[in-house]
Amino acid sequence: MALGLAALANACDYRRGALDPISPEALTIDILWWVFFWTSLFVLTGVLIALAFALYRGHARGKSSDTRAELTPDAALERRTERAVLAASALSVVILVALLVGSVFGGRALFRTPQAPLHAKVIAHQWWWEIQYQGKTDSDSVATANELHLPAGVPVDLELHAADVIHSLWLPNLHGKRDLIPGHTSHLVLRPTRPGRYDGHCAEFCGLQHARMELSVTVEPPEVFSRWLTEQRRPAAAPAAPDARRGAELFARGPCALCHNVVGSEASASAGPDLTHVASRPFLAAGALPNSPLNLRNWLSDPQAFKPGAQMPPTGLRADELDDLVAYLETLR
Amino acid sequence: MTTAIDALPHDDSGSRTAELRAELAFTWRLARGLRGWFSETSHVVIARRMIVTAFVFFALGGVQALLMRIQLMRPDNHFMGPDRYDQLFTTHGSTMMFLFAVPVMQAMGVYLVPLMIGTRSVAFPRLNAYAYYTYCFGGLLLYVSLFTNTGPDTGWFAYVPLSSSQFAPGKRVDVWSQLITFTELSALSTAANLIVTILKLRAPGMALSRMPLFVWAQLVTSFMVVFAMPSVMLASMYLAMDRLVGTHFFNSAVGGDPLLWQHLFWFFGHPEVYIIFLPALGMVSSIVVTFSRRPIVGYLPMVLSLVTTAFLGFGLWVHHMFATGLPQIGQSFFTAASMMIAIPSGVQIFCWIATLARGKLVLKTPLWWVVGFVVIFVIGGLSGVMVASVPIDLQVHDTFFVVAHLHYVLIGGAVFPLLGGIHYWFPKFSGRLLSERLGRWSFAFTFIGFNLTFFPMHILGLHGMPRRIYTYRAATGFGSLNFLATLGAFVLGVGVLLVLVNVVSAAYGGQPAGDDPWQSDTLEWSVSSPPPPYVYACLPCVFGRYALWQPGPRAVVEDMDPRQRQVLVTSALDAAPDHVYMLPSHSMWPFLAALATFITIVVLLFTPWAVPLGGVLGAICLCGWFWPRPPHEPLLAEQP
Amino acid sequence: MTGRSSLLAGLALALALTACRREERRFSEPQVLVARRERAVAPPSSEPVAAFVDNAWSVSEGQRLFGWYNCAGCHSLAGGGGMGPPLRDATWIYGGSPEEIHRTIVEGRPNGMPEFGSRVPDYQIWQLVAYVLSLSGRLRQDVEPGRPEAIALGQPPAMTYEKKPVPANKGTHP
Repeated sequence: MALGLAALANACDYRRGALDPISPEALTIDILWWVFFWTSLFVLTGVLIALAFALYRGHARGKSSDTRAELTPDAALERRTERAVLAASALSVVILVALLVGSVFGGRALFRTPQAPLHAKVIAHQWWWEIQYQGKTDSDSVATANELHLPAGVPVDLELHAADVIHSLWLPNLHGKRDLIPGHTSHLVLRPTRPGRYDGHCAEFCGLQHARMELSVTVEPPEVFSRWLTEQRRPAAAPAAPDARRGAELFARGPCALCHNVVGSEASASAGPDLTHVASRPFLAAGALPNSPLNLRNWLSDPQAFKPGAQMPPTGLRADELDDLVAYLETLR
Repeated sequence: MTTAIDALPHDDSGSRTAELRAELAFTWRLARGLRGWFSETSHVVIARRMIVTAFVFFALGGVQALLMRIQLMRPDNHFMGPDRYDQLFTTHGSTMMFLFAVPVMQAMGVYLVPLMIGTRSVAFPRLNAYAYYTYCFGGLLLYVSLFTNTGPDTGWFAYVPLSSSQFAPGKRVDVWSQLITFTELSALSTAANLIVTILKLRAPGMALSRMPLFVWAQLVTSFMVVFAMPSVMLASMYLAMDRLVGTHFFNSAVGGDPLLWQHLFWFFGHPEVYIIFLPALGMVSSIVVTFSRRPIVGYLPMVLSLVTTAFLGFGLWVHHMFATGLPQIGQSFFTAASMMIAIPSGVQIFCWIATLARGKLVLKTPLWWVVGFVVIFVIGGLSGVMVASVPIDLQVHDTFFVVAHLHYVLIGGAVFPLLGGIHYWFPKFSGRLLSERLGRWSFAFTFIGFNLTFFPMHILGLHGMPRRIYTYRAATGFGSLNFLATLGAFVLGVGVLLVLVNVVSAAYGGQPAGDDPWQSDTLEWSVSSPPPPYVYACLPCVFGRYALWQPGPRAVVEDMDPRQRQVLVTSALDAAPDHVYMLPSHSMWPFLAALATFITIVVLLFTPWAVPLGGVLGAICLCGWFWPRPPHEPLLAEQP
Repeated sequence: MTGRSSLLAGLALALALTACRREERRFSEPQVLVARRERAVAPPSSEPVAAFVDNAWSVSEGQRLFGWYNCAGCHSLAGGGGMGPPLRDATWIYGGSPEEIHRTIVEGRPNGMPEFGSRVPDYQIWQLVAYVLSLSGRLRQDVEPGRPEAIALGQPPAMTYEKKPVPANKGTHP
């Protein structure tokens, strides 16, 4: 059965989370995991063989002799049995101490992290992630939501906050979990090495939409990353197309601007995610839907159908208004 | 007080014995009628009710689990929404932990411990009845709430601030925190009762070193309950006060701390696992000894393992909190404690295997459940060693890996032995034998279904599926393993259903069992099945660890007055006879006191004025409960 | 005996139904912005009002929206009043019935109260109404919101929550 685990783990080629490490920390954990796994498999096999042997021997004896209880078993045999138990116990102590030493050293390696040149702030909300890259000035700062871009090979120091309840940041390919606790600030240094798109998820139950609280991680070469960052610093331009213009007007005067912020427009509320570059993001509403114009329109017309309990209310807009609004939002790249 | 070597407790032929039994039957007769139903305090009756009630909750929790598995069967499923799902997983966890596992283990103890140690009752029969009714009312509160859309929805651990009044409006979390009050009150009462029963009412000669391992397990567990439960009662009371009267124990904005909740909760929460698991180990020992037809290998190491587990069990709560970012060095200590607790468990596993290997095995159904237990529990224990390691835990914590681990430990470590125990003691409970054939089928279904359900969850967790999510995207690829798990859950359900069919059909038409169908070693098999209300006509004396396997004539205690509810109090260590203690008769007051508790706590959901109300009601009930009676109550002294 | 037990059963059922309504969580309602309907809001039947004011979830959502839509900016965090009139006393410039409060939020009022009817869905306005009613202690006790955690980033660290209405003359604003 445990062999089955190994086979299945290797056979599955889809998202492999913790078993596909892309950072030194995740690799340490991965190695440690396989050490524990093979040791456990060894112990399990030993116990199962002993159990099968015991059942076979005991059953054979149960058939052959009379069934009366044996109150004083043979003393020499008894001593041998006790010695076997003692040996097995001693062996498990040795194995456990070895695992303990490995675990402690692995744990120390995990948090022995270098100075990070890049800082970002992660604020967890019910039920989305706010990400801020601080620049030298306020206009240099970038705010985005539910997507974390990281330069490959550059350590990034994440400052973690929770805005409401306890959340937990889990990027299985990159590191272990770290809880975000209201009133506590914590840090996590990430050192991704391999570019690609990876999934992250809130790992502490945080209410109705805990299931839809995903974070997309994009690891890219440093030059691509800095291009992305520059792009994100650009405020939204006033749209040119007439439908998008109508949409922008609706956004600013209608329901949207009560909660959302678009840098470069009148909308500057901070209750919901920053939408300055919403169309460039991989998914909507922290993983509820892949990002596409059609999905965006469906989402706007009835968010609660996709994410019941989420704090985005149905907007109550007419069909033509929705078209305009989507046209506007699609310009926010 | 004399002990006679020649009188057999079981000899009904002598007219003297028959007369004695008639007198005892009258003295210990059960209360009758509807009123009597509520005032009965016989430990056999109360424990039987408690076992049945606990299994009803087990079934309800199981149905909730199946509903959740249906929801998770495929990605983006719309079988139920998050609101319902959250209520279900919270109620499932709370039911299984608070309303099934702990009560059923204690109920087995309340039923069997007096029989095994050779006495007639638990030390405080009225407290026992009170414990049952408070537990029952607590469960009732939870389920009435669930069906009126007030089911708690913040998880069985109810982390603040998610469970604070701002993020959990309404009364849902209050229901949960008061459920804790009920069940802990019940568990503490029973634990105190069992401790006194075990330490003071053992048969003459049953020194601590001669006590059956099941009784040892119950004793150790009861001590754990006494130390662990106050922590969670305190925590749930703080939570209720934060919500009801605006105290700020957990509000970080004004100097409280959400982490305080986690410490208090897990200081109870981890020992809780061992509170569930140790009595199960006692059951395994009973079954292994009986069906190996020989003494256990390593009695002393077994007892020491139980005690060590109890001590270490209090030193590892922080491994539930590794992701909160506690200091490194502290975490290492908790890692060490968490790993070292595998040693006593390992020692016990080795001792059982050695006993089996050196025994003359009788492969009946109870033993098959024990074999299943060893296999599943070893896997659960090994994944437990994995989650004890900080780095690995940081990856698998709060994922389906932990769901798999905890079910391997709790179902494998507690439910399998419990079902084995039910198969083993059912003849004693009912006087009838279960069907061996059906028993093996139910074991096969349960074992295969269990592994099919929970093994894939290890892989799901490693691949990134967090716990407590009501759905997941198709693109994650979690669908196929989840489908397998749901399939397995239904196979497991069939297995449990077969156990139920077996029990019901045997209760109404099983073969008569006789007093001792398995030729066992412990004293409970020397009384008739089911035991009479007075249990023993003459209290037995004990000369060895395996009382019924001792050669030679048995001895009994004589000169006890059959016209009073008498038990013999012995010394705590050597069980030397000390004095005769008179037990109270049946009474309505425990039920009324439990009712007063229930009223108080339900009113407390809405207003703090329940506290003075509860004080008055409680005072009235306690006056009635302890009202002095003439030394020879007419009820007990009169002849029929 | 049957009479008494049916009475008890009826009582239990009534309690259960109250609990159901108190705890129900309706995440969404069929929506049009109120402004799109008719300017003059027809007084709604008592049922929809009760569905909001007797529902703990609604009141709690109202509490959240009170911060989100910046009601607190003028009326202060727990409705104590500031630039706008306090909401915790017995004085109501434009009427204190649920319908009148609803109308005030939907249409706005002179001297500073903006209209929200074109921006906020109707059910959220009712949730706000329910919360505003709770500020002056006019809701059933079992649906009232508890003290807020006050730990959202950028909010003042501590906030006291008193149940007693403040004196009527303090801070009233024309």
